[in-house]
Amino acid sequence: MFHIYCPHCCEHREEEEFHVKGQAHIARPVDPEALSDEEWGNYLYFRKNPRGLHHELWVHNAGCRKFFNVTRDTVTYEIKEVYKVGEQPSVVSPADKV
Amino acid sequence: MQHYSGFGLIKHSLSHHENWQRAWRNPTPKKQYDVIVIGGGGHGLATAYYLAKEFGVTNVAVVEKGYLGGGNTGRNTTIVRSNYLWDEAAHLYEHAMGLWEGLSQDLNYNVMFSQRGVLNLGHTLQDMRDIHRRVNANRLNGIDSEALDAKQVQEIVPHMDCSANTRYPVLGASWQPRAGVARHDAVAWGYARGADAHGVDIFQQTEVTDLIIEDGTCVGVRTNRYGDIRAERVGSVTAGNSSVIAAMGGFELPLESHPLQALVSEPVKPILDTVVMSNHVHGYISQSDKGDLVIGAGIDGYNGYGQRGSFPTIEHTLQAILELFPIFSRVRMNRQWGGIVDTCPDACPIISETPIKNLYFNCGWGTGGFKATPGSGHVFAASLAKGDMHPLAKPFSMFRFHTGALVDEHGAAGVAH
Ligand SMILES: Cc1cc2nc3c(=O)[nH]c(=O)nc-3n(C[C@H](O)[C@H](O)[C@H](O)COP(=O)(O)OP(=O)(O)OC[C@H]3O[C@@H](n4cnc5c(N)ncnc54)[C@H](O)[C@@H]3O)c2cc1C
Ligand SMILES: [Zn+2]
Repeated sequence: MFHIYCPHCCEHREEEEFHVKGQAHIARPVDPEALSDEEWGNYLYFRKNPRGLHHELWVHNAGCRKFFNVTRDTVTYEIKEVYKVGEQPSVVSPADKV
Repeated sequence: MQHYSGFGLIKHSLSHHENWQRAWRNPTPKKQYDVIVIGGGGHGLATAYYLAKEFGVTNVAVVEKGYLGGGNTGRNTTIVRSNYLWDEAAHLYEHAMGLWEGLSQDLNYNVMFSQRGVLNLGHTLQDMRDIHRRVNANRLNGIDSEALDAKQVQEIVPHMDCSANTRYPVLGASWQPRAGVARHDAVAWGYARGADAHGVDIFQQTEVTDLIIEDGTCVGVRTNRYGDIRAERVGSVTAGNSSVIAAMGGFELPLESHPLQALVSEPVKPILDTVVMSNHVHGYISQSDKGDLVIGAGIDGYNGYGQRGSFPTIEHTLQAILELFPIFSRVRMNRQWGGIVDTCPDACPIISETPIKNLYFNCGWGTGGFKATPGSGHVFAASLAKGDMHPLAKPFSMFRFHTGALVDEHGAAGVAH
């Protein structure tokens, strides 16, 4: 059970108020018309799914309804940091290029 | 291999059951195998078994980082059915069902496959329309499937509240009489024993830490215990850890690993002799031969490799179960656990070649792969033996996420396992 800090409400709230939306920092294609099938498939479906540090998008859907990013360890489930959309994480694994 | 029989039981009782042969050997690895299977769950062991028994490839190693069946195979709620919507999936799961029906005899190991029937409940008009569509599709594929109304459901499960007074009244169900449950760890052990008897080497407590790749071709695995082991072909069957193995090969998969939780109650007298599942209120329940009620939840939404999930997920499931079975409100829960399921965007598996030559993946079974264990192992073995994907496996290539030929089974999979 998570106790999550919402950077918009500036408060810790229970997991039940939030929804997770998967991998963060997936850039939308700049020129969608130019994409190959492979590039579209990768954008839509293929994910890092790391065992370890994961940057992911959450929404405070039963609160302020705003989106934000969380860096979390997917093995211990420990939340390392919370940061707003548009910001970059400060906690990154060596292998990680966001 | 020592043959198991009723007579054997009596014979061994004379020596106080102290002389049973080990079910499988504890070998040391050779330098080179024809095939290495990564992952000693049901699917990996079944793959090795059929490779050796049916396709004549006996120089096979199974490398398991923990103990056999310690992954999702030993953690699931053991529901077996084949009533999937689309032809591709229906054929694959029905292929498994056919093998289930003879599995205990084939393995000479009692997997306690019990065809007690599975009900998939409908609670809304749309549920019922989907059920009728799926039942009709099943019948066209030769799969036993019936659509029942609430009264017929009530006759099968007298203790369930099928009245109109509940928040989400039961309007009907799909019913597959040949579906049921099996003993999950017996499936892992039976396949392991059978594979071993055909010459397969099984290594437990041995983790694959890297893939050995030369010129874009996989030629073996690196392990934490035995160093490098080489092979002609490598098959990864690592469920929730598949993305980790893929990363060793330098590619991504269309998978997310999620916690999936289940729990069992204290044992009670026989009260539920079938399996009840509901996508709509999100819960499913059966009763084991020991008497405990076996209850499964939906996945936790976040990615997780920790084999545990959040309490609210269990709470929601129990709310749904109690809405259906108010009679269970005083039953105490005994144990609760989680597995790591590898969910795929179209709720169908990946049985596939990969960007790396001679490296194959069997994964993406997510919340519902136990039922497919024999069929999955069989078609993957055929593919590994020939280096050419089995016709039943072909639609489940990982590259369908590039071509767009997805097989959307969210309706048939749902919460459903
Ligand atoms: C709670 C729960 C309920 C479920 N209920 C059902 C159900 O009712 N019906 C149904 O059909 N399905 C159900 N499932 C899904 C089902 O359990 C799985 O789809 C199926 O068991 C997958 O089998 P497997 O052999 O592929 O994976 P696993 O049994 O998980 O085996 C994978 C193995 O790979 C090993 N491994 C991983 N990484 C490495 C490495 N680097 N080196 C060596 N070994 C490695 C793991 O230790 C593991 O033993 C459920 C799952 C869960 C968790
Ligand atoms: Zn908020």
